[in-house]
Amino acid sequence: MSEPTHNEQLNLEPTHHEHHVVGPKTYGIIFGTLLFFTGLTVAASYLELYTFNAVVAIAIACIKAVLVILFFMHIKYSSRLTKLTVAAGFFTFLALITMTLTDYISRAWGLW
Amino acid sequence: MDSQAIATQPVHDAHEAHVHAPYLRHHFETVEQQREASSFGMWLFLLTEVMFFGGMFTAYLIYRNWYYPAFVVGSHQLSIVLGTINTAVLICSSFTMAMGVYSAEMKQRKALVGWLLATIVLGFVFLGIKADEYHEKWEKHHVPGLNFSIQEFTHPTNPEEKALPADMAQKTQVYFSLYFAMTGMHALHMVVGISILLVLVVRAWAGAYTQGHMTTIENFGLYWHFVDIVWIFLFPLLYLISRHQ
Repeated sequence: MSEPTHNEQLNLEPTHHEHHVVGPKTYGIIFGTLLFFTGLTVAASYLELYTFNAVVAIAIACIKAVLVILFFMHIKYSSRLTKLTVAAGFFTFLALITMTLTDYISRAWGLW
Repeated sequence: MDSQAIATQPVHDAHEAHVHAPYLRHHFETVEQQREASSFGMWLFLLTEVMFFGGMFTAYLIYRNWYYPAFVVGSHQLSIVLGTINTAVLICSSFTMAMGVYSAEMKQRKALVGWLLATIVLGFVFLGIKADEYHEKWEKHHVPGLNFSIQEFTHPTNPEEKALPADMAQKTQVYFSLYFAMTGMHALHMVVGISILLVLVVRAWAGAYTQGHMTTIENFGLYWHFVDIVWIFLFPLLYLISRHQ
């Protein structure tokens, strides 16, 4: 095998990432899906689901957020470095919320 | 790789390495690497924003658990129609922004300017509706600290609403404080975003993003979509608490 050229070496760099252009068709489908889920979350809020009202509302919001992040913000087509950064950020955020809430539910709070 | 190593490359390859785009900063090897680095930096900034809004979401979660009846009646004071319209407006603006990024990728100057202008218009529509909602809160005396009365919650004008005891009715101030803090910070992000967009439109018209690189447009798009995501969570949490009651 011959010696790799300068550009071929650069292609092996971890910071190298082939750029991907997301087209209008993908954007259109995601746009329609987001509007559909908006209608769905409003409709679901009028149903009597007891504690599951909040669960459904947050689940739909999470689905919408993931769609925006993956397609509008191009994370689906991003490098592993960017994917890892975003995932680590949201994981840290969830860890902080969970730790705060475990503190609140595990104390013998009085009445206010 | 040092300069001697480059000199030992085949002639045509060494030549390629010297022809680079004028917008490639000298500390980057390739345009892709430069794009990757700026996108990485933008995401780090957005993660600090996640933590910023996250603090308010956590406060919301805890107070909602403590004063749930107050949060229910407070939420019922918001207009679900205006909230839903605003959500749709913001999703539309995210779509126009995404199309703007696509136009910049395709080097279509006029399309880029058009999509950016559409995003600005939708941003103003959102802020206009929000301002109308704030005005209504003021008239109903639902602005904690400035203009607040528990009258509506101890003696509801709507016969379907249950009257709250005075101490729980006072806690609606917690709900409205969080409402104004969260939607207010979100609106501030919209104002900042629209201000930046106005600059981007002028520069886009001059061809700044269709002749050279479009990383600026791409990173601004990330910011705009992030603001959209914040609203995607604010809408169900603030407007849709127990609508069936």
